[in-house]
Amino acid sequence: MALDDAAEVVETAATEIDAVVIGAGPVGLFAVFELGLVDIKTVVIDILDKPGGQCAELYPEKPIYDIPALPTVTGQELTDRLMEQIKPFGAEFVFGERVDELARAEDGRFHLKTDAGRALIAKVVVIAAGGGSFTPKRPPLDGIEVYEGSSVFYAVRRMEDMRGKDMLIVGGGDSALDWTLNLAPIAKSLTLLHRRDEFRGAPHSVEKMRSLVAEGKVRLLIGQMTKLHGENGSLEAVTVKTAGGEEHVTVNAMLPFFGLTMKLGPVAHWGLNLNENLILVDTEKFETSEKGIFAVGDINWYPGKLKLILSGFHEVALMAQAAHKIVHPDKKLMFQYTTSSSSLQKKLGVK
Amino acid sequence: MVKITFIQPDGASQTVEAEPGLTVMEAAKLNDIAGIEAECGGACACATCHVYVEPAWVEKTGKPADIEEDMLDFAFDVRTESRLSCQIKVTPELDGLTVRVPAKQF
Repeated sequence: MALDDAAEVVETAATEIDAVVIGAGPVGLFAVFELGLVDIKTVVIDILDKPGGQCAELYPEKPIYDIPALPTVTGQELTDRLMEQIKPFGAEFVFGERVDELARAEDGRFHLKTDAGRALIAKVVVIAAGGGSFTPKRPPLDGIEVYEGSSVFYAVRRMEDMRGKDMLIVGGGDSALDWTLNLAPIAKSLTLLHRRDEFRGAPHSVEKMRSLVAEGKVRLLIGQMTKLHGENGSLEAVTVKTAGGEEHVTVNAMLPFFGLTMKLGPVAHWGLNLNENLILVDTEKFETSEKGIFAVGDINWYPGKLKLILSGFHEVALMAQAAHKIVHPDKKLMFQYTTSSSSLQKKLGVK
Repeated sequence: MVKITFIQPDGASQTVEAEPGLTVMEAAKLNDIAGIEAECGGACACATCHVYVEPAWVEKTGKPADIEEDMLDFAFDVRTESRLSCQIKVTPELDGLTVRVPAKQF
């Protein structure tokens, strides 16, 4: 729903910053730390509405056992601890937006633009996008692509667009329930389709949905979609398999909510050398084929690469050394330890 | 070792040997069984290792836990014998287990 704010940022001037980190997973967060130690200020952008990436989205409760010195830590705890650790560096966070464009300007800096129209200018870019951006799952129904954007929507940008439609909302989580509650008053008809009569969403939303069903304002159908029918990109009906047989539901707007999957997304079009959907980097600086653009964590590849959080932590430390040369070309970088360096301790706010 | 048979939508079948303690998903991945994607790596956080347990084995593999049932909401063509193979532990009792790989993982 962050997209609703898009209009507000379209016209504002570009934010100028030392570094943009794309991805707020554990490796992106630790990049803020390592960059901060070498005086590089960062903006972190993530498509999710919170930090943590896969750790927070896919397995917040699952213990991780291979983070050095933390015998067991959950994805959420790790995220919380990293957020605490990087606090002294005052990074700016942009959540709910995806970086769509990345291009080098004449002065050597990078111009970035998000899907909400936000513009940034950075001296270095650190891609820490993990498995790529989280994208709504597309139901594997034949020909669904032709309806996308005209009759099939994975997000509602403007509720008004749904006015007077015969709507089908599919799913059993909060997105499906929330949109059922929001759109029932303006749709011509609204059917909520789910494979079972049990919902994962918030109990009070389930309750509200059930009362709308009781009032006859929403139809609850238990079953699964098998076929789409329509012409020229307009959906007309959906075949649904139910316990009682097949049913033909008249539909001209459908919202399928089947969770998220990860796609490389716009990164694929930034002209970087790739190796099977992963960004090729060197192992000295973790720099891509473009000087000043680095890739760290699960999204990069080099011989011997292991997709481990701890590998990503190592990568950002080396990346930061190389980024320093670009951001502060006239400053000499002295290797220091946080244990003994009073200047590092000052940056960390412990001295 | 425990024998597990995977049947593809086109009827082709492949029998593999799995060590007890592994999951059926891991046994599939170790043997390059087509159609078992396991995008999340076994965290019960996606639904791309969906299988249909052959009816004769449904009792032995048991019912999905709540979290697995929730995740099955994200699978396609879910049936009563649907399971996520990362949530089925290989045990000696499952020797001979047969599962079908769905036409589409998503």
